[in-house]
Amino acid sequence: MSRIITRRRFLLGATMTASALGLAGCDALVENDRTKSVLKIAEGFSMKTQRFLLGDDALAREFTEADISPTFRANGTSMPDNARYIDWMNQRFSGWKLEVGGLVDKPMQLSLAELKALPARTQITRHDCVEGWSAIGKWTGVPLGALLQAAGLKPEARYIVFHCADEYEKTLDGSGWYYESIDLVDAFHPQTILAHTMNGRDLEVAHGAPLRLRVERQLGYKQAKYLTGIEAVADLGQLYGGNGGFWEDRGYEWYAGI
Amino acid sequence: MATTDAGMTSGGTLFYRHGLLVRLSHWVNVLCMTVLLYSGLQIFNAHPALYWGQYGADDDPSFISMEAEQEGNALKGVTRIGGLTLDTTGILGVSNVGGEAAVRGFPNWLTLPSYQDLASGRRWHFFFAWLFVINGFSYLAYGFISRHFRRDLLPAAGELQPSHLGREIVSHARLRFPKGAEARHYNTLQKLAYVAVIFVLLPLMIGTGLTMSPGFNAVAPWLLDLFGGRQSARTLHFLTAFSLVAFVAVHVAMVLVSGVFNNLRSMITGYYDIGQGGKS
Repeated sequence: MSRIITRRRFLLGATMTASALGLAGCDALVENDRTKSVLKIAEGFSMKTQRFLLGDDALAREFTEADISPTFRANGTSMPDNARYIDWMNQRFSGWKLEVGGLVDKPMQLSLAELKALPARTQITRHDCVEGWSAIGKWTGVPLGALLQAAGLKPEARYIVFHCADEYEKTLDGSGWYYESIDLVDAFHPQTILAHTMNGRDLEVAHGAPLRLRVERQLGYKQAKYLTGIEAVADLGQLYGGNGGFWEDRGYEWYAGI
Repeated sequence: MATTDAGMTSGGTLFYRHGLLVRLSHWVNVLCMTVLLYSGLQIFNAHPALYWGQYGADDDPSFISMEAEQEGNALKGVTRIGGLTLDTTGILGVSNVGGEAAVRGFPNWLTLPSYQDLASGRRWHFFFAWLFVINGFSYLAYGFISRHFRRDLLPAAGELQPSHLGREIVSHARLRFPKGAEARHYNTLQKLAYVAVIFVLLPLMIGTGLTMSPGFNAVAPWLLDLFGGRQSARTLHFLTAFSLVAFVAVHVAMVLVSGVFNNLRSMITGYYDIGQGGKS
C-alpha cells in the first residue's frame, strides 16, 4: 500500500517538475531570437500565398443592413487625450486637416468638409480583431486610390503610411504614437477607403473621428483611427520601430490578412 | 500495411506494418498538433468567448465564455455554457500565475507561451499550421498513390455489418485485441476512427481556420457560407480541436493497453509483433 502511494507521489512530483521545466523551457524557446526569425518565415508564406490566390482586386464580403452589429465594440484608444486632438474635437473638427505628403507630386491639405465633398464609397463589412471578435459596420468614405491618384505618386513610392492623433502608449521617446502602413496593392484596392461616416452618422470619437482607414481584407489593427496624415514612402525602416506599424513594432505581423 | 514477414522472434512474428512516410508524417503530426493546440489556446485567451454567426463581440450573446468576476477581495473564474454558469476558479477564467490569481481563459500551463502574448501565440500557430498542412498533403498524396487508404483504411465488405461491429465493440471494451492473422490489419473501429480524423476532422480544422482569415474570405467567400459565418467558423475550429484532443486521448489509451512497446516499435521502425497466431 505504502509503496503504491510512494510511487504515485513520485509520479505526481515528477510530472509536476517536468511540466514546470517544460513551461520554463517553452518560454525560453519562445523568447529566443533565432526561433523568432525562423517562425517569421511563415508570415512571408502566408502573405505570398494569399496574394497569389487573391489577385489584386478580390473583394471582402459585403453584408446587408440587417447584418450590422447592434453594438460595434471600440478597441484600442477610445478618447485621445492630447491637447491638439481635444481642440479639434471641441471645434467639431472644423480646424482639422488631413495632410497628404511624402513621395507625391502634389502634397495636399484637405479639410473634413472637402473630404466629405469628394466621391465616396459605402460598404457594409466585417471588422475582425486580432483577438478573435468580429463586428459588422457600414462605412462611407473616400477611396484611398482616388486620393493618391490626385496627389500623384512618385515612382519610388512603395508604401502608404498613416499617421494618427492618438498616443496609444505613453513613452519618453514618443514611440507610442499609433501609425500603420499598407503597400500599394492594398492602397489601390477598391474597398480601401478613408471613412468619415459609420452606420450613416459622422464617425464617433471612439471609432476614430474624424477619419479612419478601412482596409477590409486585413485585421482590425490595420484600420488606423484618428488619421492626421498620409505619407507615401519608399521603405518602412525609418519610421518608429521600423516594422511599419504600432502593433507590428510590438511583434504582430505586418501583413494582417490572417 | 505491407505484408512482408520479417521472420520469427522469441515473442512472435514481426510484421512490417507502417511505411516510412506514414511513420514520419505521424510524428510530424504529433509535434504540429501539440504546438497548434497550446498556441491555439493562447490565441483563444485573447478573447475567451465563442459566438455563432457572422459577428460576435462582448455585447453579443455568446454560448461559451470564460470570465473573471470580483467577489469581495478575490477573483472568481466563471465559465458560462449556454444558460449554465459554473465556478471554474483556478482552471478557467481565473487561474494562478506566479502565485497570484490572474484573469485568464485557460491556465498558463495550457498555453504557449505560458504568459499572455497573442503575437507569439500567432507566430507559433501559423508556422506549425504551414508545417501541418504540408505534412498532411504529403501524407494524402502518399495514401492515395500507394493505395494505403484503400488497402488499410477502407472498411472491407461485411466489416460495417452491425453484428460485426457489435462483436468488435464488445472485445474492445474487454480490452481483448486481435493477434496473429487478424492483427495484420486494423480492426473496423480503428479504420473508422482514422478515416474520420483524416478525412473529416483535420480538413474541418484547416477549413474553419482559413475561414477566420479576412484575406482568405476574399479568396474563398463560399467558406463563410459553408460554416455559417466567421464566428461560427471560430467556434467550430475550437470544437474540432477538442474532438481531436478526445481522439488523441483514446488513441494513446489504446496504445497503452494494447502493448506500448510493440506499438511504439511499429511506429518507429515499422515492425509490429502480431504474436502467435490464433492463441488469443
